[in-house]
Amino acid sequence: MTSIRDSLARASGCSGRSLWGAAGGISLDDLLCGTALGGGAAQLTGRSVLVATRDQLTAALALIELDGSARRLIVCPPDISPEHLPAIIATAGVDAIVSDHDPDDRLAVALRVRCSPQVTRAKSVPRDRCATEWLLLTSGTTGAPKMVAHSFASLTAPIGGSPRQEGDVVWGTFYDIRRYGGLQIFFRALLGRGSFVLCGAGEPIGDFLVRLGSHGATHVSGTPSHWRRALMSPHARAIAPRYVRLSGEIADQGILNALRTFYPQARVGHAFASTEAGVGFEVNDGLEGFPASLVGAPGDVHIRVHDGSLRLRSARNAVGYLGEEHPALTDDDGFVDTGDMVERRGDRYYFLGRRSGVINVGGLKVYPEEVEAAINRHPAVRMSMVRPRRSPITGALVIADVVLKRESDPGTAGGPLVEYRQEILRIFHERLAAHKVPATIRFVPALEMAAAVKLARHA
Amino acid sequence: MSIRSTVISEVEQIAAENKKGLAPLTDQLVLLDSGLDSLAIAILVARLEEALGVDPFSESDDVSYPVTLGDFIRSYERSYENAAKHHDVDSRQPG
Repeated sequence: MTSIRDSLARASGCSGRSLWGAAGGISLDDLLCGTALGGGAAQLTGRSVLVATRDQLTAALALIELDGSARRLIVCPPDISPEHLPAIIATAGVDAIVSDHDPDDRLAVALRVRCSPQVTRAKSVPRDRCATEWLLLTSGTTGAPKMVAHSFASLTAPIGGSPRQEGDVVWGTFYDIRRYGGLQIFFRALLGRGSFVLCGAGEPIGDFLVRLGSHGATHVSGTPSHWRRALMSPHARAIAPRYVRLSGEIADQGILNALRTFYPQARVGHAFASTEAGVGFEVNDGLEGFPASLVGAPGDVHIRVHDGSLRLRSARNAVGYLGEEHPALTDDDGFVDTGDMVERRGDRYYFLGRRSGVINVGGLKVYPEEVEAAINRHPAVRMSMVRPRRSPITGALVIADVVLKRESDPGTAGGPLVEYRQEILRIFHERLAAHKVPATIRFVPALEMAAAVKLARHA
Repeated sequence: MSIRSTVISEVEQIAAENKKGLAPLTDQLVLLDSGLDSLAIAILVARLEEALGVDPFSESDDVSYPVTLGDFIRSYERSYENAAKHHDVDSRQPG
């Protein structure tokens, strides 16, 4: 049995290694013989603990302290909607909440432990006694998050295969560690031999770049959208990374080339990973897509393409979903269907988008059906179809084709269309998050046939 | 309408839709400090492609991401000029 603390304690010295947040840093040495949980750590042993903090460094400290001690850790991303918490608490049998603020009193959890981004010396550090189950949240089709179970072994499996890290590594990530992509970097930083720089809640990207630079970040990871934003910042030159890593969205050739030009000293690689399948593979040849030779090749991860979608089987796969309503995570052969559609052109596969039609706008998921339902509330609208449009800034954007009711259609007159468009946009700005609002609304005489809709969504 | 005024008017339109205030729109203004976030800038690029028929950030694999409003406008001016040149060449071709 191994935990983060075990691994840190066994590492050849943590001196000089730190976790840096926006407000300051914590040395790993202090963390190993201290606590960020006041006197509450002992009470959390063996419990199912919801970690719901605003500050990312505070979450990191709680996760390190509780891995190996809590029975289960439910890792709440910072943007979780409070309405989902009661269901999460019930399904995961949560019997303690660790937070840096006062969570909703109405939540039916008696034990609440305050966590802070400061470490105080602990009288005794609880010994690790169990293999903690990690539950990560990922958004589901109905908007309620799905809970995906991982173990220390599945979360750290991708790291075992990597060559031993150099000693002077400083990791930094634009991600949040409370999602799979960020959590991977968190484990890489902790199980390697370096330090780790975390971004603060709402910290502007320019400030974070300057902070990364001041800590001498050598390995920096983010989504293609994070990196595009970084390159649009006047502080992009504050960092001089040796390794630039992209994942979480489709990395296009434009961003890969731009990073190679901007950081000529850096190795630029993109990785495919999902919460359910874990890290699939890393592509380090500077090209978008991935070599077809990876499919069917022997190795730690078995890769298959079936019915156009990418499927992965490895020790990095999640253990399963929590909750009875979800289908099995893997097929009969043990493969996770990632739902990511790929197409082979020559000796390479390229990503086309999601089978479900989910649109990834700068890392945020949009379900077309939800946007269509909002458009269809307008009294003049007969039906609508929402599709992705490629964006050089956010990877994709939402666009909408709208068919008006016959009596509302001004035909060639066109005048009311401007008003309709503004009214629909107003409905959106009142009811939906900004990334779900269509960038453009096109009025069309008819939609493509229903059977073609799914294909059309991938256009 | 000039490229510059088309860009400025779309910037103002998107800021108004999002009920966001804008910093004074000078050439030196850092786009990410303008009041538009990256989503709004993505929408701006999509709308400008409809208005001008060019997207300087997608037309090749060698993209230079704009830092200031001046960079952004110049990218459009260059792309538009290039597109117009090619169009002239095409229209002169017989048949």
